[in-house]
Amino acid sequence: MINILGKTNRFAFFPLLFSLLFGVNPLKYAKPKLSDYDFFKNPMADHQPQEDVLPYDVSAQLFSDYALKSRFIVLPSGEQLTYKPDGSFDFPVESILIKTFYYPADLRLPKENLQFMETRLLVHTPDGWMGFAYVWNDQQTDAFLEIAGERMDASFVDYAGNYVNFEYSVPNFNQCKGCHVNQGHMIPIGPKARLLNHEFDYNDGKMNQLEKWDILGMISGLPNVSSLSYTPDYNDIQSGTIEERARALIDINCAHCHRVGAPGETSGLFLNIEETDSTKLGVMKPPIAAGRGSGDMQYTIVPGQPEKSIMVYRMESTDPGIMMPELGQKLVHKDGVELVKKWIQEMEKQ
Amino acid sequence: MKNQLNFSIMKVIHQSIPLLFMVGLLFANIERSLQTQFILAEPGDTITIPKGLHAIRGTLSIDGKSDLIIRGQSMDQSILSFSNQDEGAQGISITNSINITLEGFTVQDTKGDAIKIQYTDGIVFRHVKAEWTGGPKETNGAYGLYPVQCQNVLIENSVSIGASDAGIYVGQSNEIIVRYNTAFDNVAGIEIENSNNAKVYKNHTYNNTGGILVFDLPDLVQKKGGNVHVFDNLIESNNLFNFAPPGNIVGKVLPGTGILILACSDVHIYQNTIRNNKSVGTGVVSYFMTEEAIKDSLYNPYTADVHIYNNVYDRWPGLPTLDYDVGKLLAVKYGRNTPDIIYDGMQDPEITTGLCIQNNGRARFTDLDIEHNFEEWYSPFLSNFSEDMSPHTCGNEHRLVSKEKQ
Repeated sequence: MINILGKTNRFAFFPLLFSLLFGVNPLKYAKPKLSDYDFFKNPMADHQPQEDVLPYDVSAQLFSDYALKSRFIVLPSGEQLTYKPDGSFDFPVESILIKTFYYPADLRLPKENLQFMETRLLVHTPDGWMGFAYVWNDQQTDAFLEIAGERMDASFVDYAGNYVNFEYSVPNFNQCKGCHVNQGHMIPIGPKARLLNHEFDYNDGKMNQLEKWDILGMISGLPNVSSLSYTPDYNDIQSGTIEERARALIDINCAHCHRVGAPGETSGLFLNIEETDSTKLGVMKPPIAAGRGSGDMQYTIVPGQPEKSIMVYRMESTDPGIMMPELGQKLVHKDGVELVKKWIQEMEKQ
Repeated sequence: MKNQLNFSIMKVIHQSIPLLFMVGLLFANIERSLQTQFILAEPGDTITIPKGLHAIRGTLSIDGKSDLIIRGQSMDQSILSFSNQDEGAQGISITNSINITLEGFTVQDTKGDAIKIQYTDGIVFRHVKAEWTGGPKETNGAYGLYPVQCQNVLIENSVSIGASDAGIYVGQSNEIIVRYNTAFDNVAGIEIENSNNAKVYKNHTYNNTGGILVFDLPDLVQKKGGNVHVFDNLIESNNLFNFAPPGNIVGKVLPGTGILILACSDVHIYQNTIRNNKSVGTGVVSYFMTEEAIKDSLYNPYTADVHIYNNVYDRWPGLPTLDYDVGKLLAVKYGRNTPDIIYDGMQDPEITTGLCIQNNGRARFTDLDIEHNFEEWYSPFLSNFSEDMSPHTCGNEHRLVSKEKQ
């Protein structure tokens, strides 16, 4: 028997698994309440961070049912993260990434009448990264650990002025890792150079985030930021071509699974921004293990024909057996779908 | 004395608090309780699925665990029903784990796959049923019991009913045993895809579109399967219409297929009883039959080293399926007596050991020679397919090997 790939297809990473979570009770690393961490000044719902808690954002965002997000980073005092050209930076143990999900009553007035849903922590423990979700109480005074997830009523007025009411889902402990995974290990997704390489409006003025981190001594090995690449904000039509914006969108929304080393790899569809092989990106590629997710169509992407492309069909669905992404959304990302349709429409017909 | 008694009562109460907590959870919400136990499980734990029909709304997941047993009362008594599922595609999802045993329960009516296992070394399914209760339908989930990218897979005494792709599907995995299972009303009863070292034996597959499939497909992470042994199975009356959603490769399987080997090498089919599958008893075909373009430079689209011997073939006279071009063609050529073993004639030019057929009783054979007979749409009707088995007799060497294996 010819083994074309040699040893790589023999799941060489399995031995690594032994060093994972086995026997570790994840609760050992989680505090019961968000206030126990003392990230925010009182009242917590104002979300004013303490001195050592630095806000940041990413240029291309995961769509989460139109929820707005506040992000913060905390490093253990005196320690630095290490710059990496590709992928997420290397963080010291005890680093914490904080992300709060909230809805304004009206998305067109994003700073008024906020309803905090959950705050997710990505904690770098001695046993690796772990994700914990804290669900805010009705009084909006604190949030409480929920490892088995939660379902909550949510409502808002959308950008078109329509009232939207739906059941919002807080992920369970395993679902966090369902996205934040590489070769069986949990990893952060957002803190990559290309997603951070833009200005942020700090309390003391605007500055490039990577430069700010450098000045604050938070990062080591950072090259000159002007030499670094930048992933466009797909919502901003000024930020790139349709192709660049669409690739940014599918990278941040799909590639955490559809990438070598992540669960979606069984499909052979790789949607990370670095991918250059058009078949792997889905162009005229038959689906694998898609079931009724194929929508009776033949290919993931048919250039020039978004209506015949499985990718669009699955993004437009809210049926759990069809929809993509599988987790983390109940509503269709309408602008996202339109952008992907335009991208496919623009592709040269083969 | 009284103090001692009080103390021991307190101790009993203290010890029972977690138990009471768990029991309370069970009554409160079985879904939340099972998911919590799956997250907090320690090596060596057994997690029980209680008796009853339990409605579950979201995927239950296990990740990064070792040495767990998930055990129900029995296949018929502990049932997880996902008919109102609104979150996640699978019923149960297990990832990045070691030595997990699933035993004695049923997963019903999931929106996507019933039980999916990925990146796991050591997975046992025993007396587990995956089922779609509304009969064969395109809207059923794709796979029933579905280990993919796993090592050391054992699926035994289990059942799959109604999958719109494969009932029992092992993909991109190694070291596999599939035995004593029953699969019916699926598109494919059992499928082994891009997998190595598989033994599939003493299974009963009936009333599927295809009984047992052994496939190698392009564009996958694990490129190549091989050393697949399919023996001692009863594969009968797999004549169900193909209800796979179009676009899926399994949608191309002819209704009435017993065994189909697609683009795979090192496959051994022996001692099976293959009867009353109306179109194809055993098909041996290259990926060219799918008429899909091949862009994967590492992919070998040919079958090679396929051994079919000591099987019992039998079929009632009757027309093959007329749903597909190949079905129509067989009907035109052979009427009510289609051959049992059908080869597309695509021999890998790089190798000499293509197909060997030996001692299959009265089994009849045809070589479609698709390379030459399908140049024009009408050419198959003019051609005479080769029914001569002699180019495919097995060498002495094979006889010795097969005796050892038996």
